[in-house]
Amino acid sequence: MLMIFIYALCILIPLVVAVAYLTTLERKIIGYMQLRVGPNRVGFGGMLQPIADAIKFVTKELVYPEHADGLLYYLSPLLLLVPSLTAWAVIPFSESWVLADIDAGLLFVFAMTSLGSYGVLLAGWASNSKYAMLGSMRSCAQIISYEIAMGFALVGVILLADSLNLQKIVYAQAGGILHWNWLPLFPMFIVYWICAVAETNRAPFDVAEGESELVAGFHVEYSGMLFATFFIAEYANMIFISVFTSTLFFGGWLSPFEGIPYISTWFSWVPGIIWLAGKSSFFVFLYLWMRATFPRYRYDQLMMLGWKTLIPISLAWIPFISAMKLWGWV
Amino acid sequence: MDSIYISDEALGVGMNLVGVFGALITFALLIYFIFGRDQLKSLLLLDLLSGLRVTGKKLFEPKTTLHFPDEGESLPTSPRFKGMLALRRYENGQERCIACKLCEAVCPALAINIESHEHTDGTRRTTRFDIDAFKCINCGLCAEACPVDSIVCTDEMNYSFLRRGDNIMTKEQLLAIGDLYEDQIARNMEKDRA
Repeated sequence: MLMIFIYALCILIPLVVAVAYLTTLERKIIGYMQLRVGPNRVGFGGMLQPIADAIKFVTKELVYPEHADGLLYYLSPLLLLVPSLTAWAVIPFSESWVLADIDAGLLFVFAMTSLGSYGVLLAGWASNSKYAMLGSMRSCAQIISYEIAMGFALVGVILLADSLNLQKIVYAQAGGILHWNWLPLFPMFIVYWICAVAETNRAPFDVAEGESELVAGFHVEYSGMLFATFFIAEYANMIFISVFTSTLFFGGWLSPFEGIPYISTWFSWVPGIIWLAGKSSFFVFLYLWMRATFPRYRYDQLMMLGWKTLIPISLAWIPFISAMKLWGWV
Repeated sequence: MDSIYISDEALGVGMNLVGVFGALITFALLIYFIFGRDQLKSLLLLDLLSGLRVTGKKLFEPKTTLHFPDEGESLPTSPRFKGMLALRRYENGQERCIACKLCEAVCPALAINIESHEHTDGTRRTTRFDIDAFKCINCGLCAEACPVDSIVCTDEMNYSFLRRGDNIMTKEQLLAIGDLYEDQIARNMEKDRA
């Protein structure tokens, strides 16, 4: 019992630090892409910015809107944060580093990431504000539409690994960069990534926040630490989806040089978690890169993309991958 | 030396790759023949990738930011920059202002307050020329309205008032600012005319 608590802390504390620095990294990278320099005043070239932000959040007043639904208003940030932290339990960080090595790991992650939409929906409902309500309605419809395509995209992964256990999915990809799932499941990987960005409400699918139309969307009435909770949940989700994508499609903690003579032995001392961190940081960077590049989708275009493009593509690839599996090509 | 030895599994990779790439290309061809070239192009995300390439390149380009308080001197300003207001004199030291009160009339923020009297030589002069710097929105309409180029905008933008009352800038203060910045004002006017 105590050990589980300690293991959980070993995941959560680095995660919270990563979240704090991700917020600064995002401002830095987007600034650099827009030929600005981003925050560079606090500490050594902006290194202490997250701490300054944290102090600001903690010391700000919690504003409670009139006629808001008290219980739900205070509960919904937690409803968003807790699932996004819980989902980390099943991620394999190396051969033996899994907090909960359960057989339905992938299903568990799927359930947890979907639960987050309750937080968004209730936040919008409870704050008694038109903008928040519109934001959460959009977010709810978006998450429901994209969950379907995401589920179909993951069917391919399950077919190839013959298992829902994340550790087994990683082992099924053993054998170097060309054995990883991204190659046989390439269309599904693209579909999955687009759905994942939409699931986490990040640009270009951030219609639930939509600064220009809805001020800040579902969390417009939240301030101080309650707002920070939403913020942490969003960024923890981003990091989680990046790690999850590397686990499903990019071999998790496996070395990319497996099966290549000499090079695989040179890199055999590198622990699995370093490979996992390296692969996931690319996807975290891709999140920021996409945010700096693409304008926001219009709401009807978003629905069109989800239902008329992503779902048919992932459905069409399932027969292909099944046939390839049947004839032993993958 | 087991790392040089190529396993059966590694040989199997080649077979797999043919199948996998074959399936990917078949899928692309199917989309091409059923839905056409434009659909395939949009599904390959070519436009999005070219967008990502642009921002990816910009990430490594030198940044254009000037760090304001540290590099304040080198900030580029237009000759039409609308900074702090000033009153000018002629070369002989006589104030330019003829108290026509056009600036007072045009000021949208009602920041200018002028009182005038007739000078001994028969000309009309101001006795009071106050600008409330809190009301002033630096729109530059007064400088535009002035028929004798008396009230002008300087390049100075770093100024603040620490005590209540300091915000009312008197005629003497404005003239002093004008004297201080006369070279700059003349240079800017020359540049603007050219």
